[in-house]
Amino acid sequence: MDVEILSRIQFAFTVAFHYIYPPLSIGLGLIMVALEGQYLRTGNKEYHVLAKFWTKIFALTFGIGVATGIVMEFEFGTNWATYSRYVGDVFGSALAAEGIFAFALESGFLGVLLFGWNRVSPRVHFIATLGVWLGSMFSAVWIVVANSWQQTPAGFHVVGEGLDARAEITDFWAMVFNPSSVERLVHVWLGAFLAGAFLVLSVHAYYLLRNRHVELSKKAFKIALIVATIVSLGQLVAGHASADGVAENQPAKLAALEGHFEADAPADMYLMGWVDKESQQVTGIPIPGGLSFLLHFDFNEPVTGLNAFPIEDQPPALNAIFQFYHFMVAFGMIMIALTLYASFQWWRGKLFEQRWLLWVFVFAVLLPNLANQFGWFAAEMGRQPWVVYGLLRTSDALSASVQANQVLFSLIMFFLIYALLFALFIYMLNKKIKHGPSEDQLQDHRSRHEEMAEAAGKL
Amino acid sequence: MATLFGLDYPTLWFLVIGGLFSGYAILDGFDLGAGALHLFFKKEKSRRIALNAVGPVWDGNEVWLVIGGGALFAGFPVVYASLFSGMYIPFMLFLLFLIFRAISIEFRSKEEMKWWRTMWDISYSVASIALSVLLGVVLGNVLIGIEIGPQGNFQGHWLEFLNPYALLVGVTTLALFSTHGALYLLMKTEGRLYAKLSILARRAIIFFIVTFSLVTLYTLIYIPHLTDRFKDLPWLFVVPVLAFLSIANIPRLISKRRFRDGFIFSAITMSLLLIVVAIELYPVMLLSTVDEAYNITIYNAASSEKSLGIMLTIAAIGTPLVLAYTAFVFWTFRGKVELDETSY
Repeated sequence: MDVEILSRIQFAFTVAFHYIYPPLSIGLGLIMVALEGQYLRTGNKEYHVLAKFWTKIFALTFGIGVATGIVMEFEFGTNWATYSRYVGDVFGSALAAEGIFAFALESGFLGVLLFGWNRVSPRVHFIATLGVWLGSMFSAVWIVVANSWQQTPAGFHVVGEGLDARAEITDFWAMVFNPSSVERLVHVWLGAFLAGAFLVLSVHAYYLLRNRHVELSKKAFKIALIVATIVSLGQLVAGHASADGVAENQPAKLAALEGHFEADAPADMYLMGWVDKESQQVTGIPIPGGLSFLLHFDFNEPVTGLNAFPIEDQPPALNAIFQFYHFMVAFGMIMIALTLYASFQWWRGKLFEQRWLLWVFVFAVLLPNLANQFGWFAAEMGRQPWVVYGLLRTSDALSASVQANQVLFSLIMFFLIYALLFALFIYMLNKKIKHGPSEDQLQDHRSRHEEMAEAAGKL
Repeated sequence: MATLFGLDYPTLWFLVIGGLFSGYAILDGFDLGAGALHLFFKKEKSRRIALNAVGPVWDGNEVWLVIGGGALFAGFPVVYASLFSGMYIPFMLFLLFLIFRAISIEFRSKEEMKWWRTMWDISYSVASIALSVLLGVVLGNVLIGIEIGPQGNFQGHWLEFLNPYALLVGVTTLALFSTHGALYLLMKTEGRLYAKLSILARRAIIFFIVTFSLVTLYTLIYIPHLTDRFKDLPWLFVVPVLAFLSIANIPRLISKRRFRDGFIFSAITMSLLLIVVAIELYPVMLLSTVDEAYNITIYNAASSEKSLGIMLTIAAIGTPLVLAYTAFVFWTFRGKVELDETSY
């Protein structure tokens, strides 16, 4: 295999593996902020116990996220040197801003969040939790800005030609608010909230089924269900906005998402299907004119198809893009149905009486996580053959001095470490879930802080 | 060309990156040093205390590398691209050990089994040693120069990074980090571990002085280009002289058992040595051993003035914030280590 395909596999593999963890951390961070906020507001120790329990799981996802995150930063330089030279002037400031505003904030407060329960007051601890969560949110801002710039470059001009060409920034804010960054950021954030909320739903549904930590689990389940219901509905709006943006800014990608070939004709929308690139046929269940309607509110409005683009500018992996996109959408719809149904049952007061529903929630944690992965696969494969849309081809972005056997070595290395890492993650997650929240603290009504406050009062 | 305080933007950004790397060396240097010494602690409790001394801070410290790398990418994309792609294998190994260090700290104390803990202790220590050596090896290669050809592309053999000079700098880095780590742990521990560490600190500083003398000799004899700057501007000799004094002060403070001051001086030593490196290189960042025309300097590698200006603003806003919460975390975990249920 050549350097290009190996480097692409390596980047895809390392970034996809990494992306299991940050969404969980962002989502769990939100839930932890809610739990600690509830504790501060109500003084109910149950929320404190829940927050402590979820912090332990958060520590696991966050730790692996940090360990695997630095890999991509290095890979820009090691595997994609031409790309780094090309985009550094523009892309670099987003990455530097991420480091200084986001990582430092989250890693700085993380120590207090994990180890500071007995060292700082609940209020300061809440601030630390908030700091870590906001840090992870900011981190998403800058990384999505950087990626969106690759999808819809703005605020730059190209200097030099051929091998010496590179993009230079002309307008920082135009780069930050490039045409796709806001809608994609919201989409990514909401996806992360769903990942966290569904993990909480899954674990507490499991406890309820096993008749363990029942009172705690009901509380946590309800908080997570509120988040999941609102966010999955919100994702419908955000996802639609994102698709509208793709239609406007990256028509070739949009055409690939729905397998729409004809250059200038009304486009169908498929509920499911199979794309045959050779015959330019999609076999499946279409809604005739559906895509036209979604974009223009008119079933007959033409949509630019793949044939409008020269073959060398079309995304090559059409069926894969189609499938990833459609599975993402389908999983989103199932999440909406599931959370609405559960909310309805809650309203009827029968939420925890249906065991089958709880079982569904135990496994539903896969939905947002797979949707997040598949969405990114569709977005990134849909951008091909470009690494920077319309400007720099992926095949031109490689490191000239790196040979295939070196990349093969590192690819095997990453495969082995990540296999180990994933096994450890699952093992530890399982162990922490089996261990569960430490309810013994609930028996002991006086917290250490109360004792300390009392002692201070006596002085 | 735009200037600030009389310095042009590429020079300023060169200084910012120097500052970040020196912050990284000082902060992660003690984590790595503590890790390198880890297997010298024989008792389970000692190992846990040593691990928890770096527990709350190592992750924040590693962020300085992420920021430093990001700043290098942003400010000097050409350097970033040429150095990282030219030294592909060492950087990949660096990632491997970085991940192993992280998961060793994370997972070590999660199980009671002795084999489990021993396994992670070994991987933690080996990873810390390897990371320290690799950092030094990269620095050594930057000092001696690498085979950079046209378009900033490395054209040498992939094994060239393992040259004697770079390895020597690698071992020296390990020795300095070990000293630094021992001094850090001395501030955080008590009792028998403390007694053991005071011996280790003494040995580590001797080890460092020996290897550092060898590096200095090697540099003076075989790598004349690194001393040209001092011949042109003799007053700059102040900096290496200060570095030597700072190094000499460390064993003095160790024998007086003033470990906190010793730690401060090992930190100062790192900064001074990096300033010496900066003086030797400036304005070259990557020296080509093929032809001087292929040298990558801060001027032919820098991002546009506009971009550097934006990032200087970002750095000016961000740095006080970073320093503030770094200080807050260290303050929260000040004093000797106590193990509780949240510890590693």
